[in-house]
Amino acid sequence: MSGVRVLVGTKKGAFILSSDGKREKWDVSGPHFAGWEIYHLKGSTKDPNRLYASQTSGWFGQIIQRSSDAGKTWETPGGEKLPKPGEFPVGQANKFVYDTTAETGKPLTTHQFYDGTQHPWEFKRVWHLEPSTTDPDTVYAGVEDAALFRSTDGAHTWQELSGLRGHGTGPKWQPGAGGMCLHTIILDPSNPKRIYIAISAAGAFRTDDGGKTWKPINRGLKSTYIPDPNAEVGHCVHHVAMNPSRPSVLFMQKHWDVMRSDDAGDNWHEVSGNLPTDFGFVIDVHSHEPDTIYVVPIKSDGEHFPPEGKLRVYRSRTGGNEWEALTKGLPQQNCYVNVLRDAMAVDSLDKCGVYFGTTGGQVYASADAGDSWTPIVRDLPGVLSVEVQTLA
Amino acid sequence: MIRVVLPAHLRTLAKVEGEVTFEIEGPVTQRSVLDALEARYPVLQGAIRDHVTKKRRPFIRFFACEEDLSHEPPDAPLPDAVVKGAEPFLVVGAIAGGL
Repeated sequence: MSGVRVLVGTKKGAFILSSDGKREKWDVSGPHFAGWEIYHLKGSTKDPNRLYASQTSGWFGQIIQRSSDAGKTWETPGGEKLPKPGEFPVGQANKFVYDTTAETGKPLTTHQFYDGTQHPWEFKRVWHLEPSTTDPDTVYAGVEDAALFRSTDGAHTWQELSGLRGHGTGPKWQPGAGGMCLHTIILDPSNPKRIYIAISAAGAFRTDDGGKTWKPINRGLKSTYIPDPNAEVGHCVHHVAMNPSRPSVLFMQKHWDVMRSDDAGDNWHEVSGNLPTDFGFVIDVHSHEPDTIYVVPIKSDGEHFPPEGKLRVYRSRTGGNEWEALTKGLPQQNCYVNVLRDAMAVDSLDKCGVYFGTTGGQVYASADAGDSWTPIVRDLPGVLSVEVQTLA
Repeated sequence: MIRVVLPAHLRTLAKVEGEVTFEIEGPVTQRSVLDALEARYPVLQGAIRDHVTKKRRPFIRFFACEEDLSHEPPDAPLPDAVVKGAEPFLVVGAIAGGL
């Protein structure tokens, strides 16, 4: 029987919410890694039992956890205990080191800091983990300070795809309020050499050769809060989404503006239309209708809560511009939560399920493509990320 | 025998309860203690010291015998009481907010 597994990262641990295909009754497992920030966890589409989790702490740094049994047990790749005291480990756990070798790139040492001065790259945490669509042992990691890493051995070892930082615009990248993070990784299912990524506050980038070379894809973005609103880089892209059946069409929630590209990011145009505000963080696409998209408008860049205290998902069935408010089952008064950039996901059941988590600890689910909503859980720690696995 | 007390999060991570104990051959210093600790519990690599520079993470402090050793050179000898196992070497998470 079909089912879904919702993977929730929060400020104090990970939770796994499971249901059958009806999506009415839910089992809640967790907290896993209690007390740690879980920025993101995601499962492999090739092997749904294989999960990866980014466990992080300002005190103790970055840990990568891996499960091979759908989250029942976890291990730290490379961090296994030694068979005999005194022997050195074969693997090295959680080691993310920027590539500065002459062989693989143009070593970069600085990016732009908040005050405009140049600042050295410093690894802080993994924001997003993206398992390969073909190999459960291959996984990509988007990190702060912005860079893309890849592991091909199940997260034992990580190598930076340094062509991204080294392609030329790196010294112009700068941190957004949340840090200089690479938060979005989209693998093109029709072209294994094409990857899209997005960085706050640099913009979106694309490789067509498996990560060796990259180019900014920000033409058409306009950001009035930077010195040159049409700059090649410097845009605070909050999230990008794609429907796998139409991989050259991308939708973007920028700091302000909801954008669309029909040519793999080469050109963007605004589709904010009648949204009450086009500021927000999340954006996602219906799993069966590639022109149906979802956003959660947030009042402004200073007030990170919904307008009028009403939590409303907005849906467009026309690929943008024409939006309808979805409110059934969502709080319509005194609601001042935020929905962070990686905290919305869709399943691929019929009807499409849509899920999102809030900074107030609620995870809302819709089993009817957004027409109505129900909280699966109400009182988790603040939700940082939501992913969904559709199980056969 | 060297005794090391880890903060709660790192005990969970290393899957240990109470103190960690082990022997060290040669000089007993911050560096040799942490090297031995990380060799025994590789998951702690990067959690106390930076992976590359081996510098103490900013929000980690080291104490022993009621002294703050956080800013001592990593190769300075640790107190005799730590060397003899009479006192533990404490790895402490800095008190910084209450999130």
